[in-house]
Amino acid sequence: MKIFNYRLIIFALSIIFGVVFSIPSLMQTDSGKKISLGLDLQGGLHMLLGVNTHEAVTSKIKTIATSVKYFTDDEDILIDSLAIDEESITFTVLDPDELARMDEMLAKIKGLEISKVNTDYTVKLTSEEIERTKDLSVSQAVETIRNRLDQFGLAEPTVVRQGTTDIVVQLPGIKTAEDEKAARELISKPANLELMAIDEVRADQVYTMSEAEASQYGDIILEDTKNAAVKYLVKEIPILSGSQVIDAQVAFDTANQPIINFTLNSSGARIFGDFTGKNVGSRLAVVLDGKVYSAPNIRERIGGGSGQISGGFTVQEAGNVAIALRSGALPASVKLLEKRSVGPSLGADSIKASTIALVSGFIIVFIFMIVYYRRAGIIANIALVTNIFIIISVMAMFGATLTLPGMAGIVLTVGMAVDANVIIGERIRELLKQGVSVPKAIEDGYSNAMRAILDANITTLLVAVILYAYGTGPIKGFAITISIGILASMLTAILGTHGIYEALASKISKDKDLKKWFGVK
Amino acid sequence: MEFFKSDKIYNFMGKRLPFLGFSSLLVIASLVILFTKGLNFGIDFAGGTLVQVQYEQKAPIDKIRDVLNETKYKGSSITEFGTPEEVVIRITNTSPDIANDISDEMHKILDSTGSFEVRRVDMVGPKVGNELREKGLMALGLSLIVILIYVSFRFEWRFAVASILALAHDVTIALGAIALVGVEVNLDILAAILTILGYSLNDTIIVFDRIREGVQTSKESILDKVVNESVSKTLSRTTLTSLTTFFVVVTLYLFGGEIINGFAFTMLVGIIVGTYSSIFIAASFLVQLKFSISDYRAKEAEKLKKQKEKDKLRAMYEQGTV
Repeated sequence: MKIFNYRLIIFALSIIFGVVFSIPSLMQTDSGKKISLGLDLQGGLHMLLGVNTHEAVTSKIKTIATSVKYFTDDEDILIDSLAIDEESITFTVLDPDELARMDEMLAKIKGLEISKVNTDYTVKLTSEEIERTKDLSVSQAVETIRNRLDQFGLAEPTVVRQGTTDIVVQLPGIKTAEDEKAARELISKPANLELMAIDEVRADQVYTMSEAEASQYGDIILEDTKNAAVKYLVKEIPILSGSQVIDAQVAFDTANQPIINFTLNSSGARIFGDFTGKNVGSRLAVVLDGKVYSAPNIRERIGGGSGQISGGFTVQEAGNVAIALRSGALPASVKLLEKRSVGPSLGADSIKASTIALVSGFIIVFIFMIVYYRRAGIIANIALVTNIFIIISVMAMFGATLTLPGMAGIVLTVGMAVDANVIIGERIRELLKQGVSVPKAIEDGYSNAMRAILDANITTLLVAVILYAYGTGPIKGFAITISIGILASMLTAILGTHGIYEALASKISKDKDLKKWFGVK
Repeated sequence: MEFFKSDKIYNFMGKRLPFLGFSSLLVIASLVILFTKGLNFGIDFAGGTLVQVQYEQKAPIDKIRDVLNETKYKGSSITEFGTPEEVVIRITNTSPDIANDISDEMHKILDSTGSFEVRRVDMVGPKVGNELREKGLMALGLSLIVILIYVSFRFEWRFAVASILALAHDVTIALGAIALVGVEVNLDILAAILTILGYSLNDTIIVFDRIREGVQTSKESILDKVVNESVSKTLSRTTLTSLTTFFVVVTLYLFGGEIINGFAFTMLVGIIVGTYSSIFIAASFLVQLKFSISDYRAKEAEKLKKQKEKDKLRAMYEQGTV
């Protein structure tokens, strides 16, 4: 009797591995790696967001215009008709002697394509710079959304980039419709803060002016956030943008209304100080996401780089805006491409239903195998149970997510995992009927069955790999469970059961009761 | 326990023409259904929004319809889902606005219809729907190519062609059944189709392996007889494995709940068709393709000869007698 054959030892080790590493998932212990449940099983929100990368390019152009304006104001270079369209800035330098200084300034900004006719400038981004900006806008959006969700206090949010323009956001912790809405608002808020100068010369004409007229003066018309009827005429090129905000906190003003205090970085603080110093008496519009929150008079130079946004917030809104400002503006707007939200009760129902199916299917197969094969059936069942433990362990170890189709994959594996043992069992029966001795029937049974099992499993595995590569979400989960199931069944059914037979071979030979062992006379 | 007398050889190939005829009928009927009735694409592929709502009492479907007809969601389809308390509302629109999407609106609109819980909202934009469809087809196509290459390499090209034909047979009939019953085709149904592909292939390859073995070991040189013997010998295994898988899928179908119903149904059809085709159809293709035993044996002998020469050469080389 060969009790200590290497196959049996490996099988024993894989049983131990399977049982030990599936304990955390099955018992829901506090420590140890557990299978994470997909959103369809635990409830939550899955979203696929598309970033409007084109906007990032436009906003980059706008930033360059802001620096040109700041530079020429600062250095007293007279320019005329500074204008932005979506992809380029145009302006004219009035004094030809200043051209060299202007060129020098523009040369410092990377990625520009500058064309110049006499004193007329057209500034564009190079195509590489456009690509880079688009790419950066997506990774920046990922970073921003992740920061915001972290500060919002959700458990384990996942934010990952997918492809060139898309972002996958998964929020397992969402329980109610209100939570979901709040999270969605937080994610989508551009939080683009701009400080803009009011065109005091023409401010009175704002209600009679068309947008086209306004743009002739380099102005745009913005609405008030509380009352859409109130309009402001502001300079198109902002003084400061939200990228210079480093902190934002909720505070309360004298009337106990929530306001947001923000702090600017050093370059922002310098620009802010300079501008307020030069423009005492005129108004400054605080613009958030294209709406004017307030337009206070500048009474004195504001140094130190802090300011406030007041007007029309609830406490919760102010909190969310502050989070959004702190985590930075979204470089471009995002739109919803796909959304799947599953309520926690539905998830629980799905787990219950598929567990019932799994357990009852399992029991039927279990009994059936014993009735058909007798003790050989019991041995096959040991392999089957080990198989399930191994699937759970491996999935837990690699942090794979169990989804509903994944559950179906396991259920299917239960059905198919017995296949290898059935093939082997049939081969052994065949040989026994031909009158071959038990040990030889076992050896030859395994070697005859091997080629078929390998070919069949490898093709199924190849299909699973393709499914994983090209599948999305649920199909990926399905492909993972099937692949692990096939690999595990090769280990348990081919190696494991063979080890058991090897250990028992001499005992079976002595026993002579083949009906008891293989269900055959 | 035994299903079949293991020493009995059934004459499958003798009746292959009637079976091929029956299969052709099934395939043609499936194609007709597919082209006339068509598949009922769900939102994963067609795009749109699905809202699953559970009421505390019986769902007031007429009332929901009345309320929705007053809004821009006029003409949305409302159907019972699993139990009388639960309904699914299918809307063809999608809304790309993250902050205010259809689920917010639905909450407001349905407010007057009773107390309910929104259990699931799925929205798939048109771009994603297209992408999912393309990826799905791509996965299907690539799987077939890989199978073709692998089986050609391990067996012979006629085995590969026969197994692909058998797969096409199984998948077409399964799709026909899906179209006939009107199962909503979503990503999970695609997963089921791809599983059928894997399952039926599994079955076919095990039968083919026996035929390959039969060709190599038996003295029989009439293909029909070798095939009959091989299929008969694998009959127990084919039925046994199909039965165990069938049991599991049936429990999934009965207890898996509404969400998994379409998946289980597709699998159920697939298993039945797959088992039938690996017993009666796959090997028939092989015979129809005029697989030649003598050619195969000659090739194998040639391979063996080359291998032997190589071994001999190596042995001589190692002993230093070259």
